[in-house]
Amino acid sequence: MKFGVVVFPGSNCDHDTYHVLKKVVGAKVEYIWHKETTLNFFDVIILPGGFSYGDYLRVGAVARFSPVMREVIKFANSGGLVLGICNGFQVLLEAGLLPGSLITNDHLRFRCQDVYIKVANNKTCFSRSYESGQVLKMPIAHYSGNYFADKETLKILEGTERIVFQYCSLDGNVIPEENPNGSILNIAGILNENKNILGMMPHPERAAEKILGSEDGLGIFNSLLRES
Amino acid sequence: MSKIEEPVVDLELAIQHGLNEGEWEKIIKILGRTPNYTELGVFSVMWSEHCSYKNSIAMLKTLPRSGKRLLVKAGEENAGLVDIGDGLAIAFKIESHNHPSALEPFQGAATGVGGILRDIFTMGARPIASLDSLRFGPLNNPRNRYLFDQVVQGIAHYGNCMGVPTVAGDVYFEDCYSGNPLVNVMTIGIVKHDRVKSATSKGEGNTVMIVGSSTGRDGIHGATFASVELDEESESKRSSVQVGDPFTEKLLLEATLEVARKNYVIGIQDMGAAGITCCTSEMSARGGFGMILDLSAVPLREPNMSPYEIMLSESQERMLVVVRRGFEEEVKTIFKKWDLNCVEFGKVTDIKDLQLYMNGKNVGTIPAWDLVLGGGAPVYERETIEPEYFKEVRSVDLKNLPEPNDYNDVLLKLLSSHNIADKSWIYRQYDYSVRTSTAIPPGSSSAVIRIKGTNKAIATKTDGNGRYTYLNPYRGGAIAVAESARNVVCSGAKPIAITNCLNFGNPYDPEIFYQFKNAVLGMRDACYAFNTPVTGGNVSFYNESPSGAIFPTPVVGMVGLINDISHITTSWFKNDGDFIMMLGTIKGELGGSEYLKVIHNLVAGDAPTIDLPFEKRVHNACLEAIRRRVANSATDISDGGLAVAIAEACISNPDKSIGASVYISRKLRNDVLFFGESQSVIILSINENRLLEMERIAAKNIVPCVTIGRVKDNGRLRMNDVIDVSLEEIKTVYTNAIPGAMKMTS
Repeated sequence: MKFGVVVFPGSNCDHDTYHVLKKVVGAKVEYIWHKETTLNFFDVIILPGGFSYGDYLRVGAVARFSPVMREVIKFANSGGLVLGICNGFQVLLEAGLLPGSLITNDHLRFRCQDVYIKVANNKTCFSRSYESGQVLKMPIAHYSGNYFADKETLKILEGTERIVFQYCSLDGNVIPEENPNGSILNIAGILNENKNILGMMPHPERAAEKILGSEDGLGIFNSLLRES
Repeated sequence: MSKIEEPVVDLELAIQHGLNEGEWEKIIKILGRTPNYTELGVFSVMWSEHCSYKNSIAMLKTLPRSGKRLLVKAGEENAGLVDIGDGLAIAFKIESHNHPSALEPFQGAATGVGGILRDIFTMGARPIASLDSLRFGPLNNPRNRYLFDQVVQGIAHYGNCMGVPTVAGDVYFEDCYSGNPLVNVMTIGIVKHDRVKSATSKGEGNTVMIVGSSTGRDGIHGATFASVELDEESESKRSSVQVGDPFTEKLLLEATLEVARKNYVIGIQDMGAAGITCCTSEMSARGGFGMILDLSAVPLREPNMSPYEIMLSESQERMLVVVRRGFEEEVKTIFKKWDLNCVEFGKVTDIKDLQLYMNGKNVGTIPAWDLVLGGGAPVYERETIEPEYFKEVRSVDLKNLPEPNDYNDVLLKLLSSHNIADKSWIYRQYDYSVRTSTAIPPGSSSAVIRIKGTNKAIATKTDGNGRYTYLNPYRGGAIAVAESARNVVCSGAKPIAITNCLNFGNPYDPEIFYQFKNAVLGMRDACYAFNTPVTGGNVSFYNESPSGAIFPTPVVGMVGLINDISHITTSWFKNDGDFIMMLGTIKGELGGSEYLKVIHNLVAGDAPTIDLPFEKRVHNACLEAIRRRVANSATDISDGGLAVAIAEACISNPDKSIGASVYISRKLRNDVLFFGESQSVIILSINENRLLEMERIAAKNIVPCVTIGRVKDNGRLRMNDVIDVSLEEIKTVYTNAIPGAMKMTS
């Protein structure tokens, strides 16, 4: 099982993701430079958090045109597993690999805090280590994490169990009070139609060691490891 | 090429540049002639207060600036460097960006963060944490709310994009900062000993390169602007404020760290205040060489910039790199990989002058050494007079204040005072968890950052009470060090070194200089007492607005070392039934307290007393209790006194609040007992079967230690028979105060 972590100019969770995979999970992992036009063999490609290309113009909007994204799209379309975290999620939306969009938080400010998210679907390659309905504690840190999609899309997402994570209370209630950014249906993470691409705003790599206050994020990486 | 007529250089023009007559004559003596316009500009910025420390350096030299952990002495490099074992060192420094933030708060604060980050990574150290120490006028004023809001967003904008967690700081709101807010930013970086890069230049024929952003007209005379008081005309100097681009800086960070590993790099320095001028002169003076520079090779943002403008531009995100001859292409390859400019524009010379050329024509020649601090820059010792206001503030009779009837009400009022209330409105806008090393996030006594690949962590905090320093500069300076030390001790860390940012008014006013001198002496004594040398820092004078000078505000950025991550301790109560113990003694002091200000509208009395050797013993006892796992939590008494400290220990655990019942018998009035801000007091919570051990630890360290109550999971805070409030009520006022103020519309 080999992971690739894409490094865009402005990525800043690339080292963190690499660290967790290599030192905590013990997986094989390599960085993938954004200028690459051919990819080595990978089982999973991760687009990490950060401010790719400064997030100028619109979050994720420039990154989708970087040379490596052509390869990532090819990889994804051939069934390869792709995980986009935070800015990575934003890039996946801009690249058209996931539906909907992430707009500025409803309170118009950057928000960093621990949140609780509920595992709405544990039958995916990314979440199979979790129980259905399990509540996870993970940090968010973003300015544009307010997920939006039209009714049609939401209906499809719901009907095909493509909503994987939702912001919730400690006891698992998906309620507006626990929504940190205004996301529709408290959406924190979604899948593509083929369920090989996950985009999520919370940072599982920041919740993978006891000293950081939560190990709940490990389940995502462990789920992916079980794929091999 | 520039066609703009250069003005006639004479004494009058020199004075307009902020130089005085003596300095003008000194320049003529150094050059043996009248300077040209560019040379005058170069001297004026290098001899400005901001770059030369001419009025402060004599006092700064009294601070302890060396120690067995210090790898470089204060002032020798861009930032201090402290050994933490395992072949690792931390580089850290604090700097002010007060004046830019007063005019353009978002960019002023953002570029402050950018500047301090560059100071750290220019040494080859990767930034691992930032802190910010902020002071504003009261939030009932819309302009102050605007400044506060924009400064916080500016810090967030830059720090978040850089991927450096902003983990701690401190903030106060006080009338004296209206019109002149303080924005002090600190960054800590980590570097292997053998990878440290120096800000030096040497070796005849080696190549001088400029990397990063191109050079524009922004920020010209920023250093000079920082060295005068703010007045009505300051608004017109908005162009002295630079504009930051954190994305470019992130690329510059990665490229610089890559290039810093190479031994063909002789030295690197970032371009902050005074831009190319400061870098070229300081690096040359440090190495004992000179440089010949071709200014026409510098990548420019706009056409027709004059040599004067190129030399003085403070465009952000630029660095100067001196490279061994023959390795220029290697350096270019690295910067090209990150899509950054990297241009040769000079050579190192044996002749110790800066020789400036533009299109083949000499436009200036100045001996580098004469420009810099520690070289030819002027040094002054200023006059001091004990301030007049001392008599007035100290004569206020605090013994006969009316005693409050409702202590619950007083406690809730204090908890909702913006100086005490929950600061999450600020820190939730900062990415404090990036880099996956934040073991204690904001909200405890100090932040703790684990050091990956080791079993160690560092604790860090900024502190500085302007009100105390106003009432008693010596004690205020000493307490700034003591409190920050106490805060890292409460997290389980041994204080190892500090950086300081000294924010004062106009040093030519003898009363202001009295404040400065005595605050530095207080810091000096405290640093000696705790064995925490000063690794470097920053002085910011001229913090005055038309309504007067700010409170003298020395800010200390403390770093402590935790040798075993299992010792990391938080400030909040944890277990029902734990005993609450107090290390140290509450004295009968109310001077300078938040209680006096909030309840009696007084800034009066004397600052709290501080016994430095005693304070040190309290630290030792607390650390021993933590390391032997006797203490389950530790927090100190500071703003708001004992009652506020206990209330915070009940509610600051983000996962669960827990109540407490306190009974303390002292022959003091209840307001003095509960709200006085006695120094050197730490509140611990301890399991019943470890009480004896705790008493033994305290006795061994010769520190009083008494049980004052118990943690009770009953949702209430009770103190003697005068305070009885539900935690819900406490939490509501505490957490809503600042967000509520920021929602005001007029």
